[in-house]
Amino acid sequence: MKILVCISKTPDTTAKIAFTDNNTKFDNNGVQWIVNPWDEWFALVRAIELKEADPSTVLHLLTVGEADADPIIRKALALGGDEAIRINAAPTESQFVAHQIAAIVKAGNYDLVLTGKETIDHNGSTVGGLIAGETELPFISLATKLDCQGSKLTITREIEGGQEICEVELPVVVSAQKGMAEARIPNMRGIMAARTKPLKVIEPTASSPYTETIQFELPAPKSGVKLVAPDQVEELVRLLHEEAKVI
Amino acid sequence: MSILVYIDIANGKIKKATHEVISYGADLAAVTGHTLIGVAIGNCQDSLEELGSYGLKEIVHLGKEMERNAPSEADALAITALAIERKVKTLLFAHTLSGKLLAPLTATKLKAGIVSGVISQPELGNGFCVKRAVFSGKAFAKIAIKTDVRVLTINPNSYPVKQVAGVATVSTAALTTPPSRIRTIKAENTAGALSLTEAGIVVSAGRGLKGPENWGMVEELAGQLNAALACSRPVADAHWRPHHEHVGQTGVAIAPNLYVAIGISGAIQHLAGVNRSKVIVVINKDPEAPFFKAADYGIVGDAFEVVPKFTAALKKVKAS
Ligand SMILES: Cc1cc2nc3c(=O)[nH]c(=O)nc-3n(C[C@H](O)[C@H](O)[C@H](O)COP(=O)(O)OP(=O)(O)OC[C@H]3O[C@@H](n4cnc5c(N)ncnc54)[C@H](O)[C@@H]3O)c2cc1C
Ligand SMILES: Nc1ncnc2c1ncn2[C@@H]1O[C@H](COP(=O)(O)O)[C@@H](O)[C@H]1O
Repeated sequence: MKILVCISKTPDTTAKIAFTDNNTKFDNNGVQWIVNPWDEWFALVRAIELKEADPSTVLHLLTVGEADADPIIRKALALGGDEAIRINAAPTESQFVAHQIAAIVKAGNYDLVLTGKETIDHNGSTVGGLIAGETELPFISLATKLDCQGSKLTITREIEGGQEICEVELPVVVSAQKGMAEARIPNMRGIMAARTKPLKVIEPTASSPYTETIQFELPAPKSGVKLVAPDQVEELVRLLHEEAKVI
Repeated sequence: MSILVYIDIANGKIKKATHEVISYGADLAAVTGHTLIGVAIGNCQDSLEELGSYGLKEIVHLGKEMERNAPSEADALAITALAIERKVKTLLFAHTLSGKLLAPLTATKLKAGIVSGVISQPELGNGFCVKRAVFSGKAFAKIAIKTDVRVLTINPNSYPVKQVAGVATVSTAALTTPPSRIRTIKAENTAGALSLTEAGIVVSAGRGLKGPENWGMVEELAGQLNAALACSRPVADAHWRPHHEHVGQTGVAIAPNLYVAIGISGAIQHLAGVNRSKVIVVINKDPEAPFFKAADYGIVGDAFEVVPKFTAALKKVKAS
């Protein structure tokens, strides 16, 4: 089996979010970058487990990003995987990203394409579905469990109000979320090995933009907490009813 | 030209988020002069006609005899066909589990620009520009869509529902698209009727509660408030509560009208999933807990004393 895991680079979960250039650019100043948690903890680790169960599995990692994404894809490689591919372009919008990934999926004949549930910076939850759309592969969203028997996948996924167990033949695109695997910490051997694993840099294919981010905005700051004494809970109920009007 | 709203039906019931999407569509239709059409797929126990009271006059109901739990790729094809037939310029989905599956598949088929998690009406002065939450609710982005057809998913609890007089006319047709390549083996309900992302009120508790045996009082409070339950990540990791209740940057992102946080410290990753809540109430025994900085109302006190009193006070108000 040939697996492709889509890895995105995101600011650390504790990063301060600020913008420059009249709120048109993300302020990189002092920001630590990480592998998007949904990609690392669930999509990548499950793919590594599949490879551990069947060592003939080929596991490639892919990111759409500029050269500053190299350390991130190497971090991901330190957990596992045979080689990495970087499409050398800024990930400006989900459709552009999906278009680039779809081209690799088609050319590489991958059986299983795994994405995370969403990126913690863009929060789109769209790239997986867009890859499936472009490649015309079946798409299983928000999977919490994935097992493979030959060319058949059995997947548990979240649906409104519950979950569903379903079956599908490879090739397929799956977006992964919590439950799929337990996060791992890279060991020294993995980190050393990642330095010498191949990282192929590929130039993007042309595509015209569908959308454009015009400007960012920070939310208005909270005006401050109104404290109520612990023995005056009736007062809290009154405030929520009369002032905030939420109950 | 028209606007198409996807009516999200789960287990035979219309999802509440659909009402918001219809209101969004009706307001957009009023500005653009486009016709608003709804599409529903599969068996529906609720009355589709009554969706007229949100401003939807026309509904196409496909495959109404089909029992199903969740939408599939076949729906994306059906929606695409309808969108082409009816010259749809804007397709609207809720940013729910169904929308996250269908919107990107439909967008690719229609070569439409897609923006997910939209929170306000578009600015139409110069093209079509919408606002969405980014960086896990820590910021917003304004995004211009450059294509002729566009697909939006609307964040639950971010657009006000408007009631008007009227009933919708429903026409039915068979679902003629090829069946999904994905076979459902089994479906089961795990959550209550109200999903966490749709709930207007959410009651959430953290490690301050000491153990799963203490959730009874949280459930009682939630019951009084008709609220959905949530928890912090360590609570789900320790299996005190099911994973689907975990909110935050690496859990479910929510934006209810009221979020009540009990015994939760307010770590940045937790706040990232709940900071778009309209009103936040924090109950924590530590006056220095970071959550108070993000709160609108707070009680510095022991949850084991405050929560039962809160429930009792609500009961008293209801009784009077
Ligand atoms: C990459 C990453 C991603 C993460 N993602 C998430 C996420 O999505 N969601 C999330 O929640 N966390 C997330 N976390 C974890 C987060 O950093 C915090 O550790 C977590 O939110 C803390 O949970 P808590 O507030 O329940 O527990 P604690 O931090 O232990 O806080 C317990 C609180 O309860 C109070 N308390 C104790 N006893 C009582 C009492 N009797 N009455 C009232 N109050 C009491 C204490 O004062 C304290 O403030 C993430 C962390 C990382 C590193
Ligand atoms: N720049 C990127 N490079 C590779 N994969 C990406 C990129 N952006 C997003 N993805 C994948 O698509 C998933 C969903 O992203 P999004 O639609 O942005 O929320 C992520 O979890 C990744 O697996």
